[in-house]
Amino acid sequence: MTAARRTGSIADMTTYSSPLAVAERTAAGLLAIEASGLVKTFGAIRAVDGLDLAVPQGGVFGLLGQNGAGKTTAIRILATLTRPDAGSAKVLGYDVRIDPHAVRSRISLTGQFATLDASLSGTENLLLQARLLGLGRREARQRSAELLDAFGLADAAPRAVRTYSGGMRRRLDIAASMVVAPALLFLDEPTTGLDPRGRRQVWEMVRWLAREGTTVLLTTQYLDEADQLAGRIAVIDHGKIIADGTPGELKASVGSGVLHVRLAEPGDRERARRALERALGVAIHPGADAVTLTARLNGHAAGQDAGSAVGQSMSQLSDEGITVATFALGEPSLDEVFLALTGHTTHNGHTTHNTASEANVT
Amino acid sequence: MSAITTLETLTIPQHGRLSRPRILRNSLTMGWRALLKARHEPELVADAVAIPVLFTLLFTYLFGGALSGSPQQYLQFLLPGTLVMTVLLITVSAGLSLNNDRNQGALDRFRSMPVWQPAVVVGGLIGDMARYLFATSLVLGLGLLMGYRPSGGAGGILLAVALILIFGFSVSWIWTSLGLVLRSAQAVSILSFAVQVPLTFASNVFVSPATLPGWLRAFVDANPVSHLVTAERALMNGTATAGQVGWVLLASAALVAVFGSLTMLLYRSRS
Repeated sequence: MTAARRTGSIADMTTYSSPLAVAERTAAGLLAIEASGLVKTFGAIRAVDGLDLAVPQGGVFGLLGQNGAGKTTAIRILATLTRPDAGSAKVLGYDVRIDPHAVRSRISLTGQFATLDASLSGTENLLLQARLLGLGRREARQRSAELLDAFGLADAAPRAVRTYSGGMRRRLDIAASMVVAPALLFLDEPTTGLDPRGRRQVWEMVRWLAREGTTVLLTTQYLDEADQLAGRIAVIDHGKIIADGTPGELKASVGSGVLHVRLAEPGDRERARRALERALGVAIHPGADAVTLTARLNGHAAGQDAGSAVGQSMSQLSDEGITVATFALGEPSLDEVFLALTGHTTHNGHTTHNTASEANVT
Repeated sequence: MSAITTLETLTIPQHGRLSRPRILRNSLTMGWRALLKARHEPELVADAVAIPVLFTLLFTYLFGGALSGSPQQYLQFLLPGTLVMTVLLITVSAGLSLNNDRNQGALDRFRSMPVWQPAVVVGGLIGDMARYLFATSLVLGLGLLMGYRPSGGAGGILLAVALILIFGFSVSWIWTSLGLVLRSAQAVSILSFAVQVPLTFASNVFVSPATLPGWLRAFVDANPVSHLVTAERALMNGTATAGQVGWVLLASAALVAVFGSLTMLLYRSRS
């Protein structure tokens, strides 16, 4: 692939959606997704177990959960692929059970695994999609070429998709979902299995879609992905939504954040640790470096807001003659949120419990 | 070098969202997909054609003399049978491709789109018709080269091909049902082989049932493949009766009614 031939980019691509879809999208107060009490069982497994979800129109909504938490089943119900055993769901105002065709006319689904025809070329795959969605022969050709340009696949267009890299397939998959801009796009783990570059490209596309007015429901097991992209996040575990809010709200719900203190003298550390514990009322952990201390602040910070509590504790240290080189109050990571909510970490997570570093200090 | 559209010049299409599915258009589009796939995967057709071609050559020259006095004479008997065999072997590809589409997630994509849902299956069958036509022309061409001269002439051949296409289309629905039930394409293949080999050999494709022991003859006479081959021979020879052709058409209608409904039921109820 030569960069020189590629003139289009996501950034300057315009949407290609029908007037009806645009009108509906801007209709005030309509939720993109409204689900209550959804249940789906497979044998003894309750994949979705009383799921309630309200997704506003516009922006990216993240559905965060581990493998097997019920993300994919939930998406399949909302995209009319699976009938729920109980509960109800409306997508853009249409009941998924009563009027699946109306739902399908307004959504696009990009599943967990690329669902393109591997033996067909990139162009042929997009043409197929365009023709099925009702574009004329010429329109379909033009639209496919434009999309391939915009998604950086113009050079690969005539090649069979089986020769594409994982990232290229994903991009083509998303391009196929954008042949006619959907009001709501389901992206089921769009970056699973991609290298960092592929991931960034997909992120760029998701942001572009959201800017252009498509509501995106994204499932992910990566906390940083949800943090990067989603304006709102729902955490799903064992088929239920266990928390819901903006990334900031979720982080605030588990505590005010993490305090990192760096001392001037290693010899002061033990004294400083005891002083901080008294001042903040939480466990203070020595860091890996002999001059550092960290603490996870939570509701126990004596009912004060974290900032002033930390300020006071710093002045207490200086009263005791301990010199603080630097200190920083950071937000808790979503990883910590996840741990606090579910009692277990995500498999790729690295919680900031310094158990490993504690072991180094003797 | 082709001109590259800058994306700012994109126009908004004038049509609204699809308010209802388009039956014919969706089916034709899916048929186009099946043809493209057939073109990109020619080995599927090659596999299906290889066996009838081989059998036509082998049986004609190896056993022809012994069975009918001369290879030429035997070929007149055999060719309508190998034509049937050709089409029956290809019918399974409908089930294979549906099974692949399910396992690779393509069905999910189509099922979440505003298209006439049966188009996914019907389109595949349209694609199969092209394969039948290609394969039957090949086997017929070979037969004509070898000296096959049916007394029904060109008209008889065309009618025979038409009837075989109808029957092939109908049988395909058995495999589409199985393609949605069975886990892997391999399972579909194995099962189809297990069904087709006895049905093809224990029929009147290769020998006249008059020479068979009574119990086998009873089976061969009841075998639907025999009925089809009989009708085919009669059409090619210009001696077909309404009963012979009618039997095949009725059987085709019954197959579509039962397995067509079953396929769509399975397709819709997939969870």
